[in-house]
Amino acid sequence: MKFELCAAGFGGQGVMAIGQLISYAAVEENRFALFLPSYGPEMRGGTANCICIVSDRQIGSPIVPNNESAIVMNTPSFLKFEPTIEKDGCLLINSALINEKSQRNDISSYYIPANHIAAEAGNKIVANIVMLGALLKLKKFAKTETIQKVIREKFEAKGPKIIEMNMKALQMGFESV
Amino acid sequence: MGDKILMKGAEVIGEAAIKAGCRLFFGYPITPQNEAPAYMAKRLPEVGGTFVQAESEVAAINMLYGASAAGYRVMTSSSSPGISLMMEGISYCAGSELPVVIVNVMRGGPGLGGIGPSQSDYFQATKGGGHGDYKMITLAPTNLQEQADLMKNAFDLADQYRIPVMVLSDGLLGQIMEAVEFKFDIDPSSLPHKEWAADGRMNRKKHLINSLDLDLDGLERHNEKLQARYRKIEQNEVLCEEYSTDDAKICIVAYGTTARIAKTAVEMLREEGYKVGLVRPITLWPFPVNHLLKSVKNPATESFYVFELNAGQMVEDVQLVVNGTKPIRFYGRMGGNVPSPNEFVEKIKEIY
Repeated sequence: MKFELCAAGFGGQGVMAIGQLISYAAVEENRFALFLPSYGPEMRGGTANCICIVSDRQIGSPIVPNNESAIVMNTPSFLKFEPTIEKDGCLLINSALINEKSQRNDISSYYIPANHIAAEAGNKIVANIVMLGALLKLKKFAKTETIQKVIREKFEAKGPKIIEMNMKALQMGFESV
Repeated sequence: MGDKILMKGAEVIGEAAIKAGCRLFFGYPITPQNEAPAYMAKRLPEVGGTFVQAESEVAAINMLYGASAAGYRVMTSSSSPGISLMMEGISYCAGSELPVVIVNVMRGGPGLGGIGPSQSDYFQATKGGGHGDYKMITLAPTNLQEQADLMKNAFDLADQYRIPVMVLSDGLLGQIMEAVEFKFDIDPSSLPHKEWAADGRMNRKKHLINSLDLDLDGLERHNEKLQARYRKIEQNEVLCEEYSTDDAKICIVAYGTTARIAKTAVEMLREEGYKVGLVRPITLWPFPVNHLLKSVKNPATESFYVFELNAGQMVEDVQLVVNGTKPIRFYGRMGGNVPSPNEFVEKIKEIY
């Protein structure tokens, strides 16, 4: 099993959290995981992206020439990463903020109004978890229970209401594709 | 893998040092290793240790000198420009035979450079960036598990040989997260007492720890003693990984981050039937001469390809070993750019 993801968006949209949660879940399921954040002089409002690799084997190169799957949360990220998806790859587009449509017919593109779905779940801040839920259904990189467990652990300090909202966002994302 | 935890590379350095019995950290912030001092500032007080943010890297390395002289396991962590500032102090530690551990999470230079991953401090680490005829054991991890494991090697070797040890990491290994298992947990009080330490004169002759000797013959004898120790380290402490080298027509030599990318390239090439292998030095000094000589003498191996994140530094050590018997090529990226394995695959295919 090998799974690669690039998640990109504005700083503050939680793209790093997507990669980290998948990595935590992979380790929980006794797989190898690698999380590589872009670490330029980034700041809130700037662009941020991360690469996450999950494998049954020791991971060699942290640098992948083309992305197998990508989540793009804003237009600059769509423009930057849409051309980098490998053939037969998978692109999840936050259509609440991105009006562009992918012109590529050699990849599978999914248009998910993540911010709107997140608002329905309680707060648009959980748009990242909506996308995580959608990707989980499409790529099955971990068991749903494992993802739920790592979300619970990550947001433990923030209280049961926040955990509940994230769980709802995950479920709604799962059902959106 | 039940005991594995997902951690950031710079934090792995900190936790592994604590588990190796280190309770003292002196340093000054610099990207891309800030998570190491931040982690130590939080963790060391929990385990009865001390973290000091020094006023500069120059001060930090001299704090290491003092703490080491008093007999304690001590470390610092910095990145390229900060390490340059420590060079005088490292030379003093070497001259005074003090065990200290220095982590360099390399970034692109020269000067203030950038914050991207680099390997351009190879010369500085292995050839002595400071003055005088000294050597520093230099350990180069390729992934976070090894980064954890080698921290124990670093402290053990430093104590055993009374020598500065550098763990040569880079911006990528500082910033990625991977799962690691800490295979050791040393109680500092269980470590052997250092007979030579300046730790309070109680019914014994005084211990003077310095690097000054104005007697020419005395200083020469001191240098000879150090050199004899370096030869012993060269004999006994080499670490190296050889991967698919037995039938390799082209032998890649790479270390650290570059080696893990090269390893993926070797796997990709092998799948297509190209006979390529990898020699990965884990100790950069002592350089794995005998491991590399096996490939030099291997009739299947026609040439060498050295990959580095610099303009060509380790390639000079490879040249010394190969000694003109087989062709050596070099390909490097600079400035913080990290190649994908495909870039290496292309380079190999061009000449195969």
